[in-house]
This record gives sequence, C-alpha cells and structure tokens, in this order.
Amino acid sequence: MYGWIWRHLPGPVPVRVIIALVLVAALLAACFLWVFPAVSPLMPFNDTTVGD
Amino acid sequence: MTTERTVTTERATTVPWLDTEEAVNMVTAPARHANPRRTADQTAYAVVGLLGELLITLGLALLAFLVWQLWWTDVEGNRAQARIVEELYGDAPVPPPVPAVPGEGDPPVLPEPAHAERFAVIQVPRWAGEPPRPISQGTDRPTVLDPLGIGHYEGTAMPGDVGNFALAGHRTTYGKPFNRVAELQTGDALVVWTPETWYVYRVTSTQIVTPTQTEVVAPVPGQPGAAPTQRLITLTTCHPMFSARQRYIVHGELDYWAPTSSGTPQELLDAEGR
Repeated sequence: MYGWIWRHLPGPVPVRVIIALVLVAALLAACFLWVFPAVSPLMPFNDTTVGD
Repeated sequence: MTTERTVTTERATTVPWLDTEEAVNMVTAPARHANPRRTADQTAYAVVGLLGELLITLGLALLAFLVWQLWWTDVEGNRAQARIVEELYGDAPVPPPVPAVPGEGDPPVLPEPAHAERFAVIQVPRWAGEPPRPISQGTDRPTVLDPLGIGHYEGTAMPGDVGNFALAGHRTTYGKPFNRVAELQTGDALVVWTPETWYVYRVTSTQIVTPTQTEVVAPVPGQPGAAPTQRLITLTTCHPMFSARQRYIVHGELDYWAPTSSGTPQELLDAEGR
C-alpha cells in the first residue's frame, strides 16, 4: 500500500518526500477536525451525567 | 548459470524488508508461468504485507486518537471556555475587591434559558489555579458538555432557587472543568455568579453512585417527588476517571447571595490573596 503510493507520487525523491508529508498532515488534520469528534461519543468513557 | 539466477530470484522474493510488490515485479514473467506455486506464494506474501501495513496504520490512528482526546480537546476546551467567560463578563463592570455584602431576603432567580445558552460562571476556591468556568443550559455532549464545558440539567432549579441546581461536567478531556472534584471537602465554597448576583454555596456531602441513580439531581436529592425547601447545588461527573462506570456526586447548599456591585465574596478574595 505505502509502496504503491510512493511509486505513484510524481517527481524526484525530495519532491516525493514533501508531497508525502503534506498528505500525512492533511490526513491528520481531517482526523482531528471530523473523524475523531464523530468517533468520540461512541467511546466507553467520558460520560458525566446521571440518567440517559 | 541458470541455477545461480534461480537462487537470486528466490532470495529476492523472500527478503522481508523488500516491498512485496517490488519483489513480485523482480520475478520475470516467464518465471511466473514456469512455476505456478511460486506465484501463489507471492500473492499470499503480498496479502500478508498489505494486512501488516493496514494494522500499522490502525495503530497509528489509535495513537493519534489518544493525542486528540487527551491533549487537543483540553486545548480547545480551555480556549473556548475562557472565551465564553470573557463574552459573558467582558463588558460587565469588575466587582470591587472588597468583601461582598450578603443580600437580604430571597436571592434573585433567573428564568431558565434556552438550550446551550451560557448564563453563569462557577469558581471553586479549593481548586486554586483553575480558571472560572462557564455554565450553559443542557447536559448533552455534542452541543453543551464537549464544546461549552459545564452543563445545567434542564428542568432543575436555577442558581439561588429553592430546589436543586444540578450541573454536569467533564472530569477528563474537553477542558476537564470538574477534574479536581475529588479534592472538595465539606464546607468548601462553590461560587456561582451571573452578571448581577453572586451565589455562594457550601459543600455538604459527596457520594459515588451508578449512572442510573437520577435521584441525586432530584429537587430533594435521594427523594424524587418530594417538595423542596432548601436551595441546593449538585455537581455530577464521571468516576473513576476515564470510566463511565460510576458518577462522582457533590451536594451543597446555598450559604448566602450578594449583588456583584457590592463587592467580591470573601472566599474568592482569600483564594486570590487579596
């Protein structure tokens, strides 16, 4: 999977490294902004109220 | 010569640190046709390699989730809650740093606000170093407890009213406004204020209950349906930390109220060393 991505990135190695880092940063940002907040209520901790 | 070549190819396909697809590509097409068993091996190897990469990715995602939950939600929560306090009181005149004069008679009671509206602030002198935290209407996580901090159980009494002013807040993550709840002792002040009024409550008891014991937020705690005569406060948060198994409950009773224009409660002056 990672090998496949690496081979399909354009340009010489330094350019590929930069593109890869940008991709990782974008993925992490998407997780922090949307994925994790959506998943968090399903986790079995952090409930503070009584009742339902 | 032929034997040597076969050995080289075989080694190439079984060296673990080589990318599987690259390893597959190293084998020439005629060789694949010549040996169907090796092709099957290579397919299995590629599948296992992909599975390994997916597992590594999952592990990194879990690590990132922990960083987000345990660190980033605090950063965001603290920032948001400080901004709300600033919005609520940024324009109000600063209460003079003299002891507030307790008001006579019944305290003023605000009408219950709309859902997610911010209407008061709480500060606890025992939690030295903790900033004042905003209180908002409602106790659901997506609209109140996660983004705004402490929530007020809808339908329970408002600050100063006869009945039970019941609050919920995170003990961990999202700014963790009730993080130090276990430090509270009987007699400790819980200072709630609206732009016009201070309400100084004192802790009367703490208890640990199961999540279904809703009677702790009843107008008379422990006696659902009973008519209230006292002006009470109740805090609920999770217990143990990072668990949803139980709830930590703090009960308190109103000691006195005072107009904010008359000064600042002695309890807060003491805490700030003024």
